[in-house]
Amino acid sequence: MPEEITTLIHKYLRHDKKFPHVWCPGCGNGIVLGSIIRAIDKLGLEKDNIVLVSGIGCSGRMPVYVDVNTLHTTHGRALTFATGVKLAKPSLNVIVVMGDGDATAIGGNHFIHAARRNINLTAIIINNHIYGMTGGQHSPTTPYGNYASTSPYSNIEHSFDIAELAVTSGASFVGRGTVYHVQLLAGLMEKAIQKRGFSVVEVRANCHVQFGRRNNMSDAVTMMQWFKDNAIKIENAAKMTPKELEDKFTIGILTDIHKPIYTQEYEKILQKAQLRKETKK
Amino acid sequence: MTTKKATNRLLLQGNEAIVEGALAAGCRFFAGYPITPASEISEVLSVRLPQEGGIFIQLEDEIASMGAIIGASLTGLKSMTATSSPGFSLMQENLGFACITEVPCVVVNVMRAGPSTGLPTRPSQGDVMQAKWGTHGDHPIIVLAVSSVRDCFDITITAFNFSEKYRVPVIILSDEMVSHTREIVTLPSAKEIEIINRHTPTMPPEWYIPYEDNSMGVPSMAAFGDGYRHHVTGLIHDIRGFPTQNPDEIKAFMERLFRKIAVGFSEIQLTKSFFLDDAEVAIIAYGSVARFARQAVREARENGIKAGLLQLITLFPFPTPVVKKVLKRCKAILVPEMNLGQIWTEVSMVSEDNSKLHQYNRIDGQSITPQEILNQLIAINESD
Repeated sequence: MPEEITTLIHKYLRHDKKFPHVWCPGCGNGIVLGSIIRAIDKLGLEKDNIVLVSGIGCSGRMPVYVDVNTLHTTHGRALTFATGVKLAKPSLNVIVVMGDGDATAIGGNHFIHAARRNINLTAIIINNHIYGMTGGQHSPTTPYGNYASTSPYSNIEHSFDIAELAVTSGASFVGRGTVYHVQLLAGLMEKAIQKRGFSVVEVRANCHVQFGRRNNMSDAVTMMQWFKDNAIKIENAAKMTPKELEDKFTIGILTDIHKPIYTQEYEKILQKAQLRKETKK
Repeated sequence: MTTKKATNRLLLQGNEAIVEGALAAGCRFFAGYPITPASEISEVLSVRLPQEGGIFIQLEDEIASMGAIIGASLTGLKSMTATSSPGFSLMQENLGFACITEVPCVVVNVMRAGPSTGLPTRPSQGDVMQAKWGTHGDHPIIVLAVSSVRDCFDITITAFNFSEKYRVPVIILSDEMVSHTREIVTLPSAKEIEIINRHTPTMPPEWYIPYEDNSMGVPSMAAFGDGYRHHVTGLIHDIRGFPTQNPDEIKAFMERLFRKIAVGFSEIQLTKSFFLDDAEVAIIAYGSVARFARQAVREARENGIKAGLLQLITLFPFPTPVVKKVLKRCKAILVPEMNLGQIWTEVSMVSEDNSKLHQYNRIDGQSITPQEILNQLIAINESD
């Protein structure tokens, strides 16, 4: 193992945690975790000032391995807890890791409102198109026509585009990457964590065990190939026809805008409240 | 802490008194969702909390509100939410999270009649059992009931104190009658109020074991960002906070959760007694009904009936020893409730002679009047 990786492992992973981890061999979640850690390291964030929050599912198990302040919440509710943490102590860097079902099915309402509210949080959504931990049931991002343990005759629902949903809901920064394009992914993580405002990174990740197996991609390598063949860099997509873009998805930065941040706006509320209190006296 | 003059005479409604109590107790974070008859708590706090440097936020629903107050409490802020019965149903999921992670927080439920949307917004006491058993799994919880505007102030402070001391969510059950009644109250000054804060670790971070047992059964609680990096999870965890499936560790953890409430039981069981010393017929009541029962007791005594009242402030853990004493001493017991007997069931479980017990229940959205209780007392007295 290259020295750089062992150094990161020693610095950021918990040594007293009961390894091995819960993820299947070849799971994409490890790559996402690696990208988050590399971004944290590159940005030079203090471990004491980071809170890593998660919901429920395979992605939910990520924080326990990381030696920062970690919070493993209830299914779909990670952003609500993160909202409380961030507002109560705005100096903390709050990173929220969720899955596709976690963030856009049970937690869909919290997700769009967090984006609208623009609290300075970073939401990383690992989109593996399936409920992995519970046995491969179809999720809001299972493609139309695909198979899952609860859509044995094929999925007749249409899927969410998580990154586009985030853009429409008002997120300040939205990026999309895959676990195949790791360098792009690390860059997106870095920008998202740095961004002042609500930032989102959707990561297309492989669950070959539950999703791939039912859809002719039963190993990690085949799924990586799928990401490689179907991901189009946003700058290249602009030059392609709708026909060429059919069944493809874009990767890169979808939006990067500036709008007032909740915590900054709240400072103004505090000042106004003080003023009213003093004039009342 | 609120800065108040020595004489603090105010005209307040119950919901406003809850706000005053919360601020006096040191509450600095509130998240909530609009619902009648609890909305005044949000409205007044949206003005008052920022004036005290605290955070007020209205969220997308009650689920989010409950999550946010837990998150805020994990950074060290005293936190609260307030709702009414349908919203309380939505909070149950994350309320369980607060129980298992032992995060102090206070939840106010201004009860209205249910089930479902029920009777907006008529008084009820229909959520007594939901307060105890609403979230899944065996869990200890403290439930307090308020009966007057002054109660709303005092009991809210007590709720925060219990929550901080025992690291347990505390539910305050109010009802539409208490919350919307206005009366003049004289509130104590800050100096007269006892405030308890959670125990925080003082050892070097590398020695900190987040869920280590001690004589109280209440581990010290580090705030996120204070250098004591640790894991918080809704999974059953070992003393370091990491998930465990080990039966010995699970048993030790669950037993400690209940033990800490048992250790503090004598100070947690709060009741008030009126004319119980020589009472032959006793009323056991709580919330607004207790207040009307007091009036009924006075009138019964004028009619020559030796009546008394045991007012329950703490509903759970159920104050069994005090109730048992009353059961033993009195010939007959009346339990009037704005539900079909949720506390009556608890009373009957500790009673050795259920033939002594009498119920009086209303579930039609109307409050129980002193006259109705008096009529019951007269009937019971005549039948004996």
